[in-house]
Amino acid sequence: MPNFISRLSHVPAHQVTVTEPPAVRRLLIFTALLFLGLTLFVPLAAVFWEALRKGLDAYGAALVEPQALAAIRLTLLTAAIAVPCNLVFGVIAAWAIAKFEFRGKNLLITLIDLPFAVSPVVSGLIYVLVFGAQGWLGPWLVAHDIKIVFAVPGIVLATIFVTFPFVARELIPLMQAQGTEEEEAAIVLGANGWQTFWRVTLPNIKWALLYGVILCNARAMGEFGAVSVVSGHIRGKTNTMPLHVEILYNEYNFVAAFAVASLLALLALVTLAAKNLVEWRAQSAQAAFRQELDDTEGLT
Amino acid sequence: MYLGLIVLIPLSAVFLKTAELSWAAFWQTVTTPRVLASYRISFGLSLLAASINGVFGFIVAWVLVRYRFIGKRLVDALVDLPFALPTAVAGIALTAVYAENGWIGQWFKPLGVKIAFTPFGILIALVFIGLPFVVRTVQPVLEDIDRQIEEAATSLGASRWQTIRKVVIPTVRPALLTGTAMAFARAVGEYGSVVFIAGNMPMRTEITPLLIITKLEQFDYTGATALAMVMLIASFILLLFINLLQSWSAR
Repeated sequence: MPNFISRLSHVPAHQVTVTEPPAVRRLLIFTALLFLGLTLFVPLAAVFWEALRKGLDAYGAALVEPQALAAIRLTLLTAAIAVPCNLVFGVIAAWAIAKFEFRGKNLLITLIDLPFAVSPVVSGLIYVLVFGAQGWLGPWLVAHDIKIVFAVPGIVLATIFVTFPFVARELIPLMQAQGTEEEEAAIVLGANGWQTFWRVTLPNIKWALLYGVILCNARAMGEFGAVSVVSGHIRGKTNTMPLHVEILYNEYNFVAAFAVASLLALLALVTLAAKNLVEWRAQSAQAAFRQELDDTEGLT
Repeated sequence: MYLGLIVLIPLSAVFLKTAELSWAAFWQTVTTPRVLASYRISFGLSLLAASINGVFGFIVAWVLVRYRFIGKRLVDALVDLPFALPTAVAGIALTAVYAENGWIGQWFKPLGVKIAFTPFGILIALVFIGLPFVVRTVQPVLEDIDRQIEEAATSLGASRWQTIRKVVIPTVRPALLTGTAMAFARAVGEYGSVVFIAGNMPMRTEITPLLIITKLEQFDYTGATALAMVMLIASFILLLFINLLQSWSAR
């Protein structure tokens, strides 16, 4: 009884409740979880279930098979080229947009967003139109014996196209919010451009940068539509992991298809974990920064 | 410069390739019955999927912001799954689950409802890929709502339902619309997750992006490009609309 009273005394008499009755609350939580379960959780579990259906041996065998290994290698190679390209471009574009004023800036921002809005199939098609045998550069490429479409360079190009907004999109709002004061101070104090970038700009944007890279990498490794159009589906040569999944699946080789898919699903889970870790670190870094600000204000 | 190489030149290729066609030929290519049916499927189901996401995405965002329950952090993190999971993986997973002998599909079979390989299956794939757009645009706005306004409404005698309808909904409406429009834009162009579950029957379950691929495989480059042109214009309009919505919600 005393316990009950002391608990009551914490509640101010005038407080009004701004929540729903418990029954409604439970119903809403149940609805949300049911919806997420049906659309997200069950399919995710199904990937691993189907992959392991015939046991670990069949699972392992599907992954070390030469064509699967070739697909894994190609996917890693594509991401290893596309991600650094977009990292460099993303920083430059965000830098230009956030720190300078120039004409056509809004157009540039819209163009950066474009790959998000365009269907992946159309993204692939545009490269076929430029580099394909009947395309603009086609005759010249054929004459010089260079293959881009239906070969690895086409896959890399299409991947760069679909993934390039990620880094820039993360950086632009942050760099705009930070303004140019710190850089100006560094330059006044005698730092050159490089030093300013390495010592001032980069530390300020590192979490957003990492966040963008993580998302960019996930998409680069998982892209299907655009890559499917430009790849030509040559087994062991121009097959990325998602394309390999498709081929195996269409051959009714379900265990192998889901085994390769489970690697990609694992990648997705690692991506989500890394993303949350970065968010968490960024938040605590921000909190520490605010704390520091409060402390200095307290001193003055 | 980089942007020019990677984006502008290839994009202008679409316009120039389309320009090879006369207006009449272009119009004829993009309005054959099979193509028209694919627009109906792509745009119609995308709109339906985006609306479903609008409703359930709002509920999910609301539950994640306002309530506490076990596993909430995990659920919150997994909402982004459709962003991170390759679409081909999503496609085969959804097909496996919603096929007649799948975990969920088998419960619908006795009811005479087929999900995989019907428009219903396409709808589920489109709901899957669009969900995080709605949740992630609505969530921050819900977090920012000043609870005191709700308290004020309640102490002035409004019922909980009235408070939500008159105070909460108007505040999140711009974000909700933006998220729904983004989900719609994504769904219209979606390919990977849909092709597996759709069954891809011309006139019934064939989406426009698939039709582009079919034309490409038949080396009908002009036909494919004409369709790509239609989709590009649709994306431009949607992008413009979303930017307008965003500047509206910023106000």
